[in-house]
Amino acid sequence: MPEKFDCIVVGAGPAGTACAYELAKAGVNVLLLERGEYPGSKNVMGGVLYRKMMEDIIPEFYKEAPLERPIVEQRFMLMDKESAVTFSYKGLEWGREPYNNFTVLRAKFDQWFAEKAVEQGALLVCETVALECIVENGRVVGVRTDRPDGEVYADVVVLADGVNSLLAKQLGFHREWRPDEVALATMEILKLDKKVIEERFNLEPGQGCTIELLGDATKGILGTGFLYTNKDTLSIGVGTLLSGLIKHKIKPYELLEYVKNHPMIRPYLQGSEPVEYLAHLIPEGGYHSMPKVVGDGVLVVGDAAQLVNAIHREGSNMAMTSGRLAAETIIMAKTYNDFSESMLDHYRLKLMESFIVQDLKKYKDATHHFDAFPQYFERYIPLLNRAASHMFTVDGASKWEKQRKIWRDLGSMKEKLKLARDVFKAWEVMK
Amino acid sequence: MLHIVACIKQVPDTKVAKINPKTNTIDRASAPAILNPYDAHAVEEAVRLKKRYGGVVSVLTMGPPPAVKAIRKCIELGADEGYMISDRAFAGADTLATSYALAKALEQIAKQRPIDLIICGKMTIDGDTGQVGPGIARRLDIPPLTGVNKVVEINKEKGYAIVHRKLEDGYEVVKSTLPCLFTVEKEINDISFAPLPNMIKAARYYPTIWTANDLENVDRKQLGLKGSPTIVSKIWTPPKPKGGEMLEGTTEEKVEQLLSIVLEKKELFQS
Amino acid sequence: MNLADYQGIWVYIEVKDGKVAPVSLELLGAGRKLADKRGTELGGVLIGSGIKELAPTLFAYGADVVYVYDDPIFAHYRTEPYMRALLHCCQKYKPEVLLYGATPTGKDLASAIATDLPTGLTADTTILDIEEDTGLLLASRPAFGGNIMATILCKKYRPQMATVRPKVMKALPPDPTRTGRIVEERIELREEEMRTKVLEVVRQTVKKARIDEADIVVAGGKGMGSKEGFQLIHELADVLGAAVGASRDVVEAGWIDHHHQVGQTGVTVTPKIYFAIGISGAIQHIVGMQNSELIIAINKDPNAPIFQSCHYGIVGDALEIVPLLIKRFKEEIPKLKASADAKEEIRHA
Ligand SMILES: Cc1cc2nc3c(=O)[nH]c(=O)nc-3n(C[C@H](O)[C@H](O)[C@H](O)COP(=O)(O)OP(=O)(O)OC[C@H]3O[C@@H](n4cnc5c(N)ncnc54)[C@H](O)[C@@H]3O)c2cc1C
Ligand SMILES: Cc1cc2nc3c(=O)[nH]c(=O)nc-3n(C[C@H](O)[C@H](O)[C@H](O)COP(=O)(O)OP(=O)(O)OC[C@H]3O[C@@H](n4cnc5c(N)ncnc54)[C@H](O)[C@@H]3O)c2cc1C
Ligand SMILES: Nc1ncnc2c1ncn2[C@@H]1O[C@H](COP(=O)(O)O)[C@@H](O)[C@H]1O
Repeated sequence: MPEKFDCIVVGAGPAGTACAYELAKAGVNVLLLERGEYPGSKNVMGGVLYRKMMEDIIPEFYKEAPLERPIVEQRFMLMDKESAVTFSYKGLEWGREPYNNFTVLRAKFDQWFAEKAVEQGALLVCETVALECIVENGRVVGVRTDRPDGEVYADVVVLADGVNSLLAKQLGFHREWRPDEVALATMEILKLDKKVIEERFNLEPGQGCTIELLGDATKGILGTGFLYTNKDTLSIGVGTLLSGLIKHKIKPYELLEYVKNHPMIRPYLQGSEPVEYLAHLIPEGGYHSMPKVVGDGVLVVGDAAQLVNAIHREGSNMAMTSGRLAAETIIMAKTYNDFSESMLDHYRLKLMESFIVQDLKKYKDATHHFDAFPQYFERYIPLLNRAASHMFTVDGASKWEKQRKIWRDLGSMKEKLKLARDVFKAWEVMK
Repeated sequence: MLHIVACIKQVPDTKVAKINPKTNTIDRASAPAILNPYDAHAVEEAVRLKKRYGGVVSVLTMGPPPAVKAIRKCIELGADEGYMISDRAFAGADTLATSYALAKALEQIAKQRPIDLIICGKMTIDGDTGQVGPGIARRLDIPPLTGVNKVVEINKEKGYAIVHRKLEDGYEVVKSTLPCLFTVEKEINDISFAPLPNMIKAARYYPTIWTANDLENVDRKQLGLKGSPTIVSKIWTPPKPKGGEMLEGTTEEKVEQLLSIVLEKKELFQS
Repeated sequence: MNLADYQGIWVYIEVKDGKVAPVSLELLGAGRKLADKRGTELGGVLIGSGIKELAPTLFAYGADVVYVYDDPIFAHYRTEPYMRALLHCCQKYKPEVLLYGATPTGKDLASAIATDLPTGLTADTTILDIEEDTGLLLASRPAFGGNIMATILCKKYRPQMATVRPKVMKALPPDPTRTGRIVEERIELREEEMRTKVLEVVRQTVKKARIDEADIVVAGGKGMGSKEGFQLIHELADVLGAAVGASRDVVEAGWIDHHHQVGQTGVTVTPKIYFAIGISGAIQHIVGMQNSELIIAINKDPNAPIFQSCHYGIVGDALEIVPLLIKRFKEEIPKLKASADAKEEIRHA
């Protein structure tokens, strides 16, 4: 006889583990299925973990979790071929409790987090792939795995299986993602001495810094690059919409090589050695692409529900919060012993009220806008670089003259107007 | 009903392990702990024999508390019970002290359920000696059969086992009385893909854990570092070889140069 | 235990098909050096059935004394009777050092004896030395998957025992004029009391040259790209009349059977020519082939460690170079053969 649990969670990423943790803590009999050798073994993230949403689950987790560095500075580089306009915020308040965010290596962090869920009583089974939901009379009643005798049943199933969520697709909750709804990110982890990192990035011992790279980092294709400091490694990566890669006929690893060798970036990486190469999809469709997230006996959380804020590279926080909200709903459903879609719909309502859907709504048109109008990345960032170069090069010309030159550089009156319109439009989609 | 005990060990995965160049020790953080790959075959064979003849498979390990994970892996593979001996007194054991402690634990297990057969891996990938298995057999005074690559028959009623032992150029068919101890080659079986119920059982499983005090008639002088005649006096990194001469030129030129170097040894090609 | 009671360097002599196993001759070579340094005798222990006449060979290769246990009960190697005989010999004559080949038989026997004596046993030694004044054996071996070397001592127990990897030590050139003492021993063993019986010995003859005996080994690694790419290794080996070797990763990928694996967990080879093609040169591989006479490496990565351990290296794509080699060897080797035949005929004429 196959076993029956109260709940099966598919996928031990931040979303699934958060859900399993909360359920187990409330005494729910939960099975957490993970296909990797251990949780996190194949999971990829540039690496910024937000303190607040994690603390909603485990208060003061930073005292014991395997974190890399608390971030005290966030820089943004708008890059051209041989130049970059950089702005940044550094605040030492971020370097002490309660902290703002941390870099993490997912292979370590996910494993630790899952162990916490196990301590709460969740049953973790790894190296097991959930192949499909078992549906009886229109209700999800369990999961079929790739193992012999691989069926297992539950009152409710939570799909936390990440961006591609085959299981949600089989249920017809979403279609195949379009190339302009997902970004392909490739990244490398580079080993570098602790002290060198701290000197190079101007950091006190133990503190960290993030740099987001825009413009030429992606050869002008819509997307971003990132360079984050870990304990004794750096994470460097680039992510661009699949549609951009297809349009520009460029391979993702070529883009990564390009940014690693970019003259603005290369000096940061000097002397480092690659230890790992990773690639992963990021759901960037945002609000418009959110699939159906509840059904009879089933909930969808995290990346599987497309809960990523591409503009602010937030995903893990949304994953955790959605996992937590799903758990709260299931605990409630359990008291009524009702796992129907209408009962579980509370989860969707909670999502709508939370920062998650609020934020997704705020940026709902941003990605599409920048994708539809490539001039932002292709033209305006170089323009900004040239302007800065003119302004700061001391060559005897007066500042008035320099401003005039910059003005001329903006092109004809028509182009200037278009620029003004574009700036306004960008404000509109981002505001 | 056979009772088969497989001896298993948790080891650092030396395939990915890095050596700390300062201390010349294995950098534990870089090396995930895994079930010794050879021991997985020992457990697999035990489970196959259980399926063939009926019975119970137990696994035994000596190691630190995290080694529970290795036992769980064996439960996944189909073992029924797990025993672990874990105590500071066992630390630093060489093969002689290890086989002593394991033999004592096996005696204890046998009191609960007599043992018909013990199966060990060919060797561990960290200790890398293959000495513990035969050592256990000697201590329990049962025949050791090393290099087993096929089990032909186990006959509990008549009290014998027939196996193939691997030789350098073939194999020999050996008959032994029961109980006895096998050390098995990797080729004896392919590890099967564990069914889901085993995975769930393993995730819940907690083994019996004994300290040195829980074992009967133990001579503490024979345990751990104290009971180990061998000591590691020095660890060093082997010097790097100098490197060879690189052939230069176009591909064709390189091939021609290589040809003449090889064909210089013409006696090899003239027979 | 009075350590001073123990004297002499001993080698357990493994017999195979009525002949002394090569590893035992190698160990006599290594043991001779230890015995000379320590100023003591080199002994060999010979156990078997009808093996007494092998003693002179042992003298020729350096032994001073040979202890012989000759009895039909020893017809096949079995742990129990062999162990009894060797234990008897050790307890009676108390050697200071006892070496075994790290072969299946040597390891089996050594592990059993170590437990019964009891004493320390170092496995898979590759470097041996002895302290002249104390007689302390310095046995060094690769550890942690070959990444490092460890020297292992056994200070308080005698004999000090080690198994030694075949093909690492060198046998001395035989001196047929050397002689020594033969000590014949007997122990009471009854076949009915033996708990194991060898029912049958099956030799599996391999069609191709056995990899550890071949003069030429062509070994391929993961760099061949696929099972199909690895076919090129077979083709080159065919042309050269060579045996095929492989790295462990290739074996694990299922491109070839594990009998072909060269290295720490495979076989050790010492051919006249060793080709390492698309093999990175991990230390575990190197230890299995480093004593080859001529090592040729082909790898597309100029920084591949294999180039540190070869005599000649080519940086390039194996999938391009190997077909060229096959073609050129196909053309040249028949010419060599023809010229050899021609010379032969001239000689006859
Ligand atoms: C390069 C990159 C950089 C990023 N940077 C950041 C950042 O800096 N900050 C941030 O907050 N977010 C970032 N993100 C996004 C973030 O990684 C995701 O939003 C987050 O991991 C989503 O969590 P999840 O639990 O929903 O999915 P995942 O983390 O993808 O977890 C899904 C889990 O399910 C398992 N699984 C999948 N299918 C099955 C199956 N069929 N059966 C069993 N198990 C299955 C997987 O193995 C995996 O463990 C980044 C993403 C990428 C790719
Ligand atoms: C305990 C232990 C025991 C081990 N025992 C053994 C053993 O006995 N034997 C053994 O071999 N290994 C052994 N290993 C494994 C060993 O560490 C290495 O992983 C293995 O030898 C690597 O095999 P490889 O060189 O074929 O593969 P890789 O390391 O993947 O190397 C492939 C090489 O091919 C090159 N290449 C790629 N494409 C081409 C091309 N087109 N043309 C030319 N070159 C190309 C690459 O540059 C690379 O150098 C052991 C490991 C451990 C931990
Ligand atoms: N600590 C241990 N606990 C249980 N079994 C062990 C232990 N160490 C070694 N063994 C067994 O002995 C075999 C040979 O180990 P070794 O002599 O270390 O190469 C292994 O394959 C195991 O079956």
